[in-house]
Amino acid sequence: MIEQKTIPLDEYTRSPSYWAIVLRRFSRDKVAMFALAIIILLFLVAVFAPYIAPADPLKGSMLRRLRPIGTPGLPLGADELGRDMLSRLIYGARLSLFMGITPVAIAFVIGSSIGIAAGYLGGLFNSLTMRTNDIFYAFPSVLLAIALSGALGAGVTSGLLSLTIVFIPPIARVAESVTTQVRKLDYVEAAKASGANNFTIIRVHVLGNVLGPIFVYSTSLISVSMILAAGLSFLGLGVKPPEPEWGLMLNTLRNAIYVQPWLAALPGVMIFMTSIAFNLVSDGLRSAMDIKS
Amino acid sequence: MFIYALKRLIYVLPVAIGVSLICFMLVHIAPGDPLISVLPPDASADLREQIRRSYGFDRPLPIQYWIWLKNVFQGDFGTSIATGRPVVEELRKAIGNTIILSLIATLIGFFFGSLFGFVAGYHRDTVIDKIASFISVIGVSVPHYWLGMVLVIIFSVQLGWLPATGAGPGGSSAWVWDWTHIKHLILPAITMSVIPMGIIARTVRALVADILSQEFVQGLRAKGLTDRGVLRHVIKNTAPTALAVMGLQLGYLLGGSILIETVFSWPGTGFLLGQAIFQRDIPLLQGIILVLAMFFVFLNLIVDVLQSALDPRVQRG
Repeated sequence: MIEQKTIPLDEYTRSPSYWAIVLRRFSRDKVAMFALAIIILLFLVAVFAPYIAPADPLKGSMLRRLRPIGTPGLPLGADELGRDMLSRLIYGARLSLFMGITPVAIAFVIGSSIGIAAGYLGGLFNSLTMRTNDIFYAFPSVLLAIALSGALGAGVTSGLLSLTIVFIPPIARVAESVTTQVRKLDYVEAAKASGANNFTIIRVHVLGNVLGPIFVYSTSLISVSMILAAGLSFLGLGVKPPEPEWGLMLNTLRNAIYVQPWLAALPGVMIFMTSIAFNLVSDGLRSAMDIKS
Repeated sequence: MFIYALKRLIYVLPVAIGVSLICFMLVHIAPGDPLISVLPPDASADLREQIRRSYGFDRPLPIQYWIWLKNVFQGDFGTSIATGRPVVEELRKAIGNTIILSLIATLIGFFFGSLFGFVAGYHRDTVIDKIASFISVIGVSVPHYWLGMVLVIIFSVQLGWLPATGAGPGGSSAWVWDWTHIKHLILPAITMSVIPMGIIARTVRALVADILSQEFVQGLRAKGLTDRGVLRHVIKNTAPTALAVMGLQLGYLLGGSILIETVFSWPGTGFLLGQAIFQRDIPLLQGIILVLAMFFVFLNLIVDVLQSALDPRVQRG
């Protein structure tokens, strides 16, 4: 007798969800996967810095100032105060990543809330918030970040605050335009007709459709944020010495380019690597989401 | 077209007022008494009183803003704390140098960006496309201030070919078009051009790929047009957007030149801004930001209007 097997209907009828497809396409993108591996590695380095770093990043010695890369006992040399360069680069990952990612993360929450509300509610509220948004958007991002943190003074908090303010307007703008598109779709109208309130409609019908694009757009800003955050410290704003942070290290080593040129360039390599990795991951996510092509 | 320009102008005015409001607030978000942030540390009681009155710090904020705005329109941006000279004077000396640097950098970036973008878009999804696209990713990812340092290390420190800092011999800040001055311009301009290059390359690649996939291109080919003939049509269709992106990039560079000008000690507005921050010279900071931001706002307007003149399809509602 042939054994009867019941197959759940689901397995045949349900096609993989949109996000499952995106994730699968993303995981097949070799360049993006490589870049993601670099980012994960950088995070691990930041988290486990005390276990990896060979020396204390703050302890200097006047006897070994500006040692070249490859000095015995100092694999990447020593900086202008005789501090171990490798350890400072490792510890530097902590503040540098924190300063680069936090503003985009906060701006993602605030910017998408503003944008979704404006896009969904429309009308006067939309005009008011989006026109205010335009004013901040009217500044070149570097200029706004520097103006704000220049006025607020150096420090981690003012750096984070300035960068967050810089990234809210572009995110809000994207959120608003995506939400406006979704709001006009028939199923939202249907939900409205069936008596759902605004909160329910946004939670059930809007968020799921708009958060993806906003998120991907926000990831493309992380690379800019990394460069800008390090740039603020490079100008003497942002992180204050003696904390190890890549932009600040680049600043304090700038005068040493005539003595130990390649040593002075090292922190920039870290900033570059991080920023390009984030850009490649973001590009990968975007093309994975573009299923039509 | 004229009506569109007028509409855009009316739309820009509230933005310009908002921008001026933010610049005005910079003095007030500075920690501590605003009077202290605009006063030199060794100010006499006399001067203190005089400045308090001219800024109207004893009046309510809206009136202070009005006084400040009136002064700005009369060309009075306040006095630099560090030098004691009017902010306008400091700005006038610096702005020309920044415009020269940004303009040259934008042109270099536009040339190479369009080249890479075209090549990548034409050979979509081939190895050539991958290489050209990778170069443009590098362009948008590289911390440009660091790239400037690396170029100085290679061409000034190691090879000794080009000067590392300044805009002319002996730290002179007046620009002249001769070889000794142009030598100073090469490294900062190349460094700066990397940003627009990456962005223009990405834009042009997407545009070219999009246009080539449209039916009219197939039509042209079917009509028997050679590749060169088709290329002419593609260029005509990409030009308005590419030029608009270029115009915006010029604005970004003018406003964002501070990091590169600091690396190269290029005597422009960015370098001045760096000094203003370093010396906590808030009136100077405020003046520079206001001028650069307004420049950007109106450059946007001009780009918008020009783009719509070149390509009437893009008029924004």
